Amino acid sequence: MSVILFYITAVAILLFAFLSVTTRRILRAAVYLLFVLIGTAAIYFLLRYNFLAALQLTLYAGGIIVLIIFSIMLTSQMNNKLEKPNDLQVVLASVTSVVGVGLVLFVILNHSTFITQYSEKIYNVKEVALSLISYQKNGYALPFEVISVLLLAAMVAAIIMAKRELKNKEQ
Amino acid sequence: MKILSIYDFSNLTQAIHTWLSGKMSVVSTQVVEMILVGTVFLLFFAVLGLVLVYAERKVCAIIQVRLGPMRVGKWGTAQTLADFIKLVFKEPLITRDADKFLFNLAPFIIIIASFMAVAVMPFAKGLQAMDFDIGLFYISAVSSIGVTSILVAGWASNSKYSLIGAIRSGAQILSYELSAGLSLLTIVILTGSLQLSEIVESQADGWWIWKGHVSSIIAFVIFIIAGTAETNRGPFDMAEAESELTAGFHTEYSGIKFAFFFLAEYVNMFIIAAIGATVFFGGWMPLHVGNFEAFNNIMDYIPSVVWFFMKVSAIIFLMMWFRWTFPRLRIDQLLTLEWKYLLPLSLMNILLMAFLSLMGWHF
Repeated sequence: MSVILFYITAVAILLFAFLSVTTRRILRAAVYLLFVLIGTAAIYFLLRYNFLAALQLTLYAGGIIVLIIFSIMLTSQMNNKLEKPNDLQVVLASVTSVVGVGLVLFVILNHSTFITQYSEKIYNVKEVALSLISYQKNGYALPFEVISVLLLAAMVAAIIMAKRELKNKEQ
Repeated sequence: MKILSIYDFSNLTQAIHTWLSGKMSVVSTQVVEMILVGTVFLLFFAVLGLVLVYAERKVCAIIQVRLGPMRVGKWGTAQTLADFIKLVFKEPLITRDADKFLFNLAPFIIIIASFMAVAVMPFAKGLQAMDFDIGLFYISAVSSIGVTSILVAGWASNSKYSLIGAIRSGAQILSYELSAGLSLLTIVILTGSLQLSEIVESQADGWWIWKGHVSSIIAFVIFIIAGTAETNRGPFDMAEAESELTAGFHTEYSGIKFAFFFLAEYVNMFIIAAIGATVFFGGWMPLHVGNFEAFNNIMDYIPSVVWFFMKVSAIIFLMMWFRWTFPRLRIDQLLTLEWKYLLPLSLMNILLMAFLSLMGWHF
């Protein structure tokens, strides 16, 4: 049963990913990307890694996509179509994606035992939360804090940009 | 506790499961069960929409000292059914130069998002389609997809009203999601679990609104304000402010597609009320007072599903009351309320709750 569901989701992800890069309407690309991200969340659910799945939905499907759609709405017009990419761009993009797929496949196929060993374990929320604040071995306290510094920097940058525009207007 | 088991729905679901497994293989049992659960939810959605729209019109009428719908059926009870049939047969119009694909897709995204959120709701003891260990987090995750639908609908309509309505609505839902999530987290400090069934079980000796006293009450007030804002209902209905934007993001929708948005609004209201009832008022758990056995036993005679729907209806009534008594806010007032008042307040409230919990000052 879960194998069938996995293949359905996988095909959907690939299809929408392909549509997302080939469509010439920018908002459609964003919506296809939304489906790709939801599909990824579905695969996490199939792996019974519920916490990561919900995070995927909140952050990517609910957060990043909404940000992307917002910026599209504020910057471009309804009837604008993206330019058709020229041949060189198509070739370069294809080569890059093939190399990317090759690299990922190479890593996965060479470490298959490692992956099955970890994917069979079922994590619950408590374990995830404890390892996030743990500073012992395999703890994530440092990355967690470093990321918060990164976010702080982004927020400061946003405030500075917003303030600068205000100053220009006053002049 | 003995009496509670009479009303346990898991007996029923278990009976259906064994009956189906006896008839067919494991895979087809799973498929049939999925279809069954899906159909039940579809029917539930349809009935919910009809009942809530009728209730809204009646509550509005009573608040405005009118009678409301009275002609179709006894006291107008069949009015919403008639309206629904009318909506289904209307022509689905599409504006010129609209992005047809996205225009048609948007209503489905919002309805699917609310479907996914209802899936984990504990309606009664043993009556819950899914019981994730991340229950509450899952609900907030899937309901955050709904806002995409509103934005896409506004964009694809190729209309100024829709676009402005969608941007307002997006800003509003994104901001208020923070307060709603933080106020729920306040209670999660006490429950120690995100799983909805465990949250309900933890209230067997009293509801959290009572056991968490000051902090819980603040959290509930913030939650109900943020919840009303998240469903785009008045006094926060800037997204569809009739006097300025005709109907906001669904201006250009008609017929069955409009019905989808309309239904999603009411289902979302139900979801907010159900989360509020589950987290703050014990969900299907009857009113229990500590170790007062005699009283608790009497309360157990009322079935759990009745308790759940009583609490949900009370909260829904509260939200309708808000809508018909408060004047609409301006968009800047709305964002000020969230970012300058509710968000700092809910952050401080979490600290307060953590302190109360640490000192053991809750019941």
